[in-house]
Amino acid sequence: MSNDFLQMHLKAVMSCLVIFLYKVHTTKAGQFFSSGHTNNWAVLVCTSRFWFNYRHVANTLSVYRSVKRLGIPDSHIVLMLADDMACNYRNPRPATVFSHKNMELNVYGDDVEVDYRGYEVTVENFLRVLTGRLPPSTPRSKRLLSDDRSNILIYLTGHGGNGFLKFQDSEEISNMELADAFEQMWQKRRYNELLFIIDTCQGASMYERFYSPNLMALASSQVGEDSLSHQPDLAIGVHLMDKYTFYLLEFLEEVHPASQANMNDLFKVCPQSQCVSTPGHRTDLFQRDPGSVLITDFFGSVRKVEITKDTINLTSPVEPPIQRSGSGDIQIESLTYVDQLPVAEIIHQKPKQKDWHPPDGFILGLWTLILLVFFQTYGIKHLKHIF
Amino acid sequence: MAAHRCGLSLVCILIFSTPAPAPARDQFQEELVIRPLHSGDIYASFQFRTLWDTDFLQERQKKVSHYRLFPKSLGQVLSKFSVRELHISFTQGFWRTMQWGQPFIPSPPGAELWVWFHHTVSDVDGNWKELTNVLSGIFCASLNFIDMTNTVQPSASFKPLGLGNATDHRFLRYATLPREIVCTENLTPWKKLLPCGSKAGLAVLMKSEKLFHSSFHSQAVHIRPICQDEQCTSKAWELRQTLNVVFDHYTSGQGKKEWSLFKMFSRTLTEACPLASSSKVYVDITDNPELSPATHLLSRAVVLGDRRTYSVYDLTRAETFGQLRSFNLLLRWKGDNMLRPLLHAERYVAGFGLQTGEIHTVIYNNHPYRAFPVLLMDSVPWYLQLYVHTLTVTSKSRDNKPSYIHYQPAKDRHRPHLLEMLIQLPPHSMTEVTVQFERALLKWTEYTPDPNHGFYVGSSVVSALVPSMVAMSTNFTQDQPLFSSFVPVKEESSYFVRVYTEPLLVNLPTPDFSMPYNVICLTCTVVAVGYGSFYNLLTRTFQVDEPSPPLAKRLANFIRRIRGVPLLA
Repeated sequence: MSNDFLQMHLKAVMSCLVIFLYKVHTTKAGQFFSSGHTNNWAVLVCTSRFWFNYRHVANTLSVYRSVKRLGIPDSHIVLMLADDMACNYRNPRPATVFSHKNMELNVYGDDVEVDYRGYEVTVENFLRVLTGRLPPSTPRSKRLLSDDRSNILIYLTGHGGNGFLKFQDSEEISNMELADAFEQMWQKRRYNELLFIIDTCQGASMYERFYSPNLMALASSQVGEDSLSHQPDLAIGVHLMDKYTFYLLEFLEEVHPASQANMNDLFKVCPQSQCVSTPGHRTDLFQRDPGSVLITDFFGSVRKVEITKDTINLTSPVEPPIQRSGSGDIQIESLTYVDQLPVAEIIHQKPKQKDWHPPDGFILGLWTLILLVFFQTYGIKHLKHIF
Repeated sequence: MAAHRCGLSLVCILIFSTPAPAPARDQFQEELVIRPLHSGDIYASFQFRTLWDTDFLQERQKKVSHYRLFPKSLGQVLSKFSVRELHISFTQGFWRTMQWGQPFIPSPPGAELWVWFHHTVSDVDGNWKELTNVLSGIFCASLNFIDMTNTVQPSASFKPLGLGNATDHRFLRYATLPREIVCTENLTPWKKLLPCGSKAGLAVLMKSEKLFHSSFHSQAVHIRPICQDEQCTSKAWELRQTLNVVFDHYTSGQGKKEWSLFKMFSRTLTEACPLASSSKVYVDITDNPELSPATHLLSRAVVLGDRRTYSVYDLTRAETFGQLRSFNLLLRWKGDNMLRPLLHAERYVAGFGLQTGEIHTVIYNNHPYRAFPVLLMDSVPWYLQLYVHTLTVTSKSRDNKPSYIHYQPAKDRHRPHLLEMLIQLPPHSMTEVTVQFERALLKWTEYTPDPNHGFYVGSSVVSALVPSMVAMSTNFTQDQPLFSSFVPVKEESSYFVRVYTEPLLVNLPTPDFSMPYNVICLTCTVVAVGYGSFYNLLTRTFQVDEPSPPLAKRLANFIRRIRGVPLLA
């Protein structure tokens, strides 16, 4: 009888615990603490050059726009555009990039900061940004300064094939290189979770080879399928966007920073009836259940708020620099501007004394040869006559 | 709620603990000059100047850490790299001197950067490389492509525009990127350097959709030390941000010589920047255009050798904005006369084929009776190999010998050509400088992803002291308008002008990039077929093989074997 009572007691306790845990899990605080990241980064890359690839730039800019709107600041976004479409001479509306025909939505905007542009978008630079192995003089805006608590969104678009993505019509990145770069990032603890989205032909081949943990990937088409473009605009003369990113943008426009939409909704974006190609996704390397991952975990930005009740004493301010009168007596004589074109001075300019360099290897070799031949012919005994 | 209360108390503590601020030693002025051009276009020039009485390069003083109006990002760059003067400009389009006259501040197409370093710098090249990388991050431009292959060290051009007496050209570096594109991503960080940003004052008019839909757009940052007062006993740092734009008569103006601020910028002015000590709009009324709203404030200034009259609108006064609290200018003109510019230059490539060519630079002196010297600086990339023995300078079909030539030949993949010449231009003449070149074959990896577009050669720079018909004033006053006080005037009878020529676009012999793939396929096929055939001939033996007999014969043989009779053949 005590056994039964114990079992019943245990069951009651267990059910209470389960109910309590369930409540924690579904409250906002519970979800806040279950994601595990403290900052968000985004790397958005458009790899195509030339005016007829306008749609790839529009794709990247629409994701940039959504990501900025949901809270990620410019300092945490690395935007790489391989060509300039907005101020291209063929653009009938300069400083604009449209995503809808009839010029409804200008995704370029007035406040855009492109970090890598034109010829700087190369496979090498992309991999260096991901792995962090950049030359020391690279400015901060061109670096991906993520840590082990960063959630990174990587978006690639352009022309691709089975296992590769073409950069600027002159080089390719293979799926193995990408997988190795992500492994390097994992080993250097450069990300907490990574969402990889690719909108190219046969995009699913690019995520086939991933092997690092905490990666989730989405692609616009399966191997053997082409991703299609959405709609041309007759005034601009080119196709404005790709189908997958168009519907992705439509989906993201509904998302706001407090939205509870999760990854399962993202996987449903653009089914085959709308996209013609079959979008694919890969979640086996991801530890959490996609249904519990919020869209804003990757597209939005976490703002950590710490509430404190202590008062903080500020230190005394910086002293103003020494007054001008103290150092003024050193410069009594008036300063003058330099003559912009001093003709007399220029004509009589002495030629610069060139620095003396030691003779080149060729000259040294030539002289050695001449001396060798001389001494071989005439013998060493002549040496003392010379020196 | 607890957070709000805590936040409030924190703010209260902040307010009570900061002492009274130090007296402000920096000031900010903004101005806009609008000049109607005779072709129907309109030229608008914004200038924002921050003057700061401090010294970045003094070691005795404590490091500067309190920035008010001067942007911190630029201040830190100046002190870290010991920069004495910095001039950077981003331009889209080409300034047409013959149609538009001389600009207030000239700039070449693409990006241009020239820097004077302080004489205490020991490694100028290292500082230059790091400075270009830092600036590329600040301005979102690909300035990191500036390296030793496109940097030159002019020996006589580009003297410092600020104070100073030592001019050792070892501390000067100059580079241009003619291919650089200018778009909103360059304007955004440029606007963020202004004290009021793009929220108040004249910068409110800068909307990229209108600014880039123009014939010419140039934004620049100029930093230099200048005199603080008339006696010139102490230095102050001056940061000038300039934006020059020319709106086209037909694409933006709908073909009418009638312009307004709203038509140009799709915005009107609502207030002056509260941090500005002066905020003015100048409109050039020398050719008597119709102007509304009318104003009684007039200003006369001698700019670029020409006496011009300007109407002045002071935005710090509330009555400028009228009842509607918005200021919109309307300008209409009919006149056609324009002062012909006295100095003008052109450049083009002559010749045919992909092996050789000839660069022609033509300089026009339109002064009726005065001759004056000009300094021509040419920087040509190493892959156009110049033959200096073919250099000819002719004026009025006679040889004109330059009084000073400085030529530094290029080193392949290391240094570009630099040619500087001081040429005396006869009055009312055309001077032509020609030099032949040969195009080099680049290595496979040195081609850009779109090599069939061509390769750019930066603009030539022609600097001159042009004799002026009108006496210029050499006095320096504090309330001088900004557009007339950029270049220091040393003598009354001439003004300094810099003219940039067109950049050149040359095609280099471009290989067919699909050839290695084709060659590998073809070679492998030939080798496989040839080697395979030889191998088979040498190592295989041949035997005669009986073909298998047809079905009827096989059946007949089978029956014969049963009968025991000899088989068929």
